[in-house]
Amino acid sequence: MSLALWQSIPLACVLLPLGSAALTAFLPGRWARRWCLLALALITGLSAVFVLRIWSFGRSYTYPMGHYPAPWGNELRAGPLEAAAGLVFALVMLLSMLGGLGWLDRHIAEEKHALYCALMLLLCASLQAQVYTNDLFTAYVFIEIMTLAAAVLIAVRSSGPALLAATRYMIMNLIASALFLLGVILLYDLTGHLLMEPIHIKVQELAASGAYHLPLTVVVAVMASGLAIKSALFPFHTWVPGAYGTSTPASAAVLSGLVSKGYIFLLLKVFHRVIGLETIAQTGIGDVLLFFGLAGMICGSVAALSQCDLRRMLAWSSVAQIGYIFAGLGLGTEAGLSAAVVHMLAHAACKSLLFISAGGLYTGESGDTDFSRLSGAALSAPLAGAGFTIGALSIIGLPFLGGFTSKLALAQAAAAIGGPGGWAVLICLILSTLLNVLYFFRALLILWKRGETAPGHPPLTHRTASGLAVTALSLLNFAIGVLAVPLLQLVRSGLGLLD
Amino acid sequence: MSLHNIAEIAAIALFGVGLTLLMMSRNLVKKVIAFDMTDSAVFLFLAAKGYISGRRAPIIENGVQSMEAYINPIPAGLVLTGIVVSVACSAVMLSLCLRLYRRYHTLDLDEITALARKEED
Repeated sequence: MSLALWQSIPLACVLLPLGSAALTAFLPGRWARRWCLLALALITGLSAVFVLRIWSFGRSYTYPMGHYPAPWGNELRAGPLEAAAGLVFALVMLLSMLGGLGWLDRHIAEEKHALYCALMLLLCASLQAQVYTNDLFTAYVFIEIMTLAAAVLIAVRSSGPALLAATRYMIMNLIASALFLLGVILLYDLTGHLLMEPIHIKVQELAASGAYHLPLTVVVAVMASGLAIKSALFPFHTWVPGAYGTSTPASAAVLSGLVSKGYIFLLLKVFHRVIGLETIAQTGIGDVLLFFGLAGMICGSVAALSQCDLRRMLAWSSVAQIGYIFAGLGLGTEAGLSAAVVHMLAHAACKSLLFISAGGLYTGESGDTDFSRLSGAALSAPLAGAGFTIGALSIIGLPFLGGFTSKLALAQAAAAIGGPGGWAVLICLILSTLLNVLYFFRALLILWKRGETAPGHPPLTHRTASGLAVTALSLLNFAIGVLAVPLLQLVRSGLGLLD
Repeated sequence: MSLHNIAEIAAIALFGVGLTLLMMSRNLVKKVIAFDMTDSAVFLFLAAKGYISGRRAPIIENGVQSMEAYINPIPAGLVLTGIVVSVACSAVMLSLCLRLYRRYHTLDLDEITALARKEED
């Protein structure tokens, strides 16, 4: 099979940031920032072209690396679903970096900017690789690269709490990596393959014959729990508030918006493409994920309500939103999966908008985010305030915004299932939305409080860039909300519903 | 009765010891050691899975090219990659420990947490 030039774009999306990361580490800070932004913009552009091409191509294809045939060579696989995720991840990363430049100057010494850019690019490469790879061991290696890059992005402020948060993050993630690797090895031992399609065929044979039921359950359990720990599903969320609450805005936006999503996307591929939804249903792991997802939806929102710090409130809100995604995965139907994917993309867009625009609202020299000092902050920085408001409304689920699309899709998927599981999802969805309204409106009322003006922070550098980023991220939220129907169609065709 | 999967049993036992230490120990350096143990356990398991008793290492000797003569080389390659990843993780983790120690003069995670909380207020 001969490949068209555009079919190499996924490979370029992985290799370009990898090469750029090695290069930027040696550039002076200013040029490193420029190169990093240029590379991210290039990847975003390429991904956009790729989405259009794959939309007209209409199906997915495998890309043999180095043109070695299937059982021997490594493979990438790309279809509508991967293309959409790749585009949103690249775009959000570019805008987060752009919007966080101002605080980067204040939080990180100039001579370390090159290394920061290198880490961002490594993160980008590993995200793209997790989206496109068709090989479980390659996925493991890029998971580890992402974990290391993310840990250093947390620690880079070198304040005590940031170092502690990075250490906690590393400890949890190392346990999770070991579990995931164990799952990959067990699966290799059972099937003799590392590529996703051959494993899928063998697993279906095993499931049909009824042999190895227990080992298959163990495989699904260790892989799901490994990736759930990494993406901060509810009982494993302890590192989240510290990690998102202490890092610089660009790091927080990327960590909450993208890093956890990369792992979830991989879990989705494992469920859908490697093991198969029917086999997952037999193991009962989906119900466990559903339970913890629902628990996270409620507990994360309740905890967010009791925070007196803006950034920590956003971090707890992330815990709740991850709960939504896992609830969608746990439903175990393809409607549930597509709701999970749409929520993943919508949350990537709105949580990064919230963290970036919150960066424009911080007060004081070092960026204080205690609510007691934020009253009227939005009035002194109207653009950031507007961005924060749009993000908050999107998470709450106002129509024409991203959050509405995904919550509606999740509710429809739950209603289609019915039974106690479906009802539980619907009830938790309503409860959690009410809690969202409560804590976000409290924040909005404080931020837009008339009469008092917050002290404000000394003017940051790169104001145009951050204004541009906030505007673009707001538009992205509107785009996901308005283009809901084609987006859902894209995701469903990517999941193989329409083919 | 002879045990033919003794390596796997040892690997799982080692994994359990490492995981317990990782969760229970408050000392950061012990946690790093524990993490190395869990990783070694996983690699031992993988290497054991690739071994076929009675066969030789996959290096062609005396022109013997039959597949039946050698063990499966893929797990060995995977273990090698895994070791590299594990070394990188340990290095990052140790450097974090070093910086925490320089700042708080202790390696006890609970003490560091208490000190960091005091610093934040």
